[in-house]
Amino acid sequence: MQTRRIPANTVGLVVFALVVFALGAVDLVRPFGLRFSDLTGRVVTLDTMIRIGILTIVVVGLNLLMGYAGQISLGQAGFYALGAYASAILSTLAARHGILPGISDAWWWPWLAMLAGMGLTGLFAYLVGRPILRLKGNYLAMATLGLGFIINIFSAEFPSITGGNDGLTEIPRLRIGEFLLWPMQRYYFLVWGAAVLVILVALNIVNSRIGRALRAIHTGETAAATCGVDTERAKVQALVISAMMASLAGSLYAHFQSAVSPNPFGFTTSVELVTMAAVGGLSSVWGAPFGVATLYVIGDLIKSRMEKILPLQGGGYELILYGLLLVLIMIFLPSGVTAGGMDALRRLRRRRRPDAGEQTA
Amino acid sequence: MNADRELLLDMTDLRKDFEGLMAVFDVSFPVRRGEIVSLIGPNGAGKTTIFNLITGVLPATSGSVRYRGRELRGLRPHQINALGLARTFQNVRLFGNMTVLENVMVGRHARTRYGALSTAFRLPAARRAEREIRERAMRELARVGLEPKAGEGSLSLPFGQQRLLEIARALATEPSLLLLDEAGSGLNGAEKDDLGRLIRSLRGSGITILLVEHDIPFVMGLSDRVVVLEHGVLIADGTPAQVQGDPRVIAAYLGEEVGGKC
Repeated sequence: MQTRRIPANTVGLVVFALVVFALGAVDLVRPFGLRFSDLTGRVVTLDTMIRIGILTIVVVGLNLLMGYAGQISLGQAGFYALGAYASAILSTLAARHGILPGISDAWWWPWLAMLAGMGLTGLFAYLVGRPILRLKGNYLAMATLGLGFIINIFSAEFPSITGGNDGLTEIPRLRIGEFLLWPMQRYYFLVWGAAVLVILVALNIVNSRIGRALRAIHTGETAAATCGVDTERAKVQALVISAMMASLAGSLYAHFQSAVSPNPFGFTTSVELVTMAAVGGLSSVWGAPFGVATLYVIGDLIKSRMEKILPLQGGGYELILYGLLLVLIMIFLPSGVTAGGMDALRRLRRRRRPDAGEQTA
Repeated sequence: MNADRELLLDMTDLRKDFEGLMAVFDVSFPVRRGEIVSLIGPNGAGKTTIFNLITGVLPATSGSVRYRGRELRGLRPHQINALGLARTFQNVRLFGNMTVLENVMVGRHARTRYGALSTAFRLPAARRAEREIRERAMRELARVGLEPKAGEGSLSLPFGQQRLLEIARALATEPSLLLLDEAGSGLNGAEKDDLGRLIRSLRGSGITILLVEHDIPFVMGLSDRVVVLEHGVLIADGTPAQVQGDPRVIAAYLGEEVGGKC
């Protein structure tokens, strides 16, 4: 027997969680009066970090669907919206209209709403997944695109429930008993705790029976089927998992913003999510947090520095530079910033110790 | 000589019409339990198409395929696999993004099951099932002699071993009938001898074999029965000796192809 080694992913997850929580702790402890945003030269704020955490959860799901199962979704913002609206509707309207008094204003009600949202979104993904996932390639992209549009349009209808185009406001902050998960410095830990948990679950799925089936489908659907894999079922499962993750993120978003409206859940968001997944890298779950962070940081850097470099009026140049950077990333790091970064690290280490050579395969 | 054995697979008037091109034309033949049956014929004779019809990869135009009396037409490939039929592919279809061991572990998919919560949080039930999957996959790798390669990338194996890996993956699904599509092509002499021994030992362990093969001496030495196809039509079905003496076979097939080869 070989000596028992701790899997690299476990080490990675522990280090990742420690770093993320340490960053969040800066704003709680305020060492030397510093804030988190001071560490980043005021480019990345705690607010941004929370948004990165929330979208990481969505992109982990998308990564499972695209990177492992090989199925594209251009409608992921739809599932994200379903979670946000489920939380918003259940935690505001019920209390406002006095439905289930004594229950709908209890501290655990929004948490229950969050779970209900995940359940409903998962069920919805299951029902639409069966017919949609029979499609392949461009057709699947188109169908999911349509699905995203439909959810987005519906969320602007029925103003008495969804608040129409204005959306819903005054969504309560989350509490555990009497402990309020707010201000932001506290909410940070909830969001990143959830993100770490979702990454853990995704890593477990990848190395499970269903994860192997998904990877098999990705490389050879016929071969997978003749090996006993119900390919349709596995693909629907991947969609359901990714939809539930998006829904969880949506709920966290709703309680963070304290408001939801149709606008942030449109087609642009779906495309951004796919871009984040691709920029991070589709070959590993670890692509998700770094893909989301890369896009946010580039976006914020350009926004805050652009005027100083090119003092021109109008925001068009920002978008051009943003697009150009994305193109460059995909050209030079086609497997994403995460895998690309790891490769660069490995090469650097090898250069420093030329005798180490190729012993780690 | 095997006519009294149980009928495992039975094709009657099986037909595949590719928009006017008759790839398989009303082919009927049985496979009995414990046999090694070979399907031979020149290129384009319809051998691989028959495999695809049996395993549900392609839908048949008409006719029937029965496995233990049960109609397979209309079933999906994974359902057919679950009944006990497994196959390999003419041009080896491994899961290139996985290790040798993981490829075989995929074969355990339908034979194991654990819940969603166990999967998500790696609960003891999942760990136990995964350990069993791993152990069983290692045993199948040992069966084809690939145990030492378990951790390697599946596409880094030499071609001959890729074929063996595909057989191990098929065996992991616990088949009663194994369909090998040109398992010997691309192998050198020694590898082919090993393959012959492996096929016999599989038969010895109770697995019935249906084989598509080009190498006539290999087929004749290995098979209990040989079925000959030409242009989608069955032209002979019998023992190797009967088939070799069949004038139609000699005229249509052995005369031109093998005569030149041997």
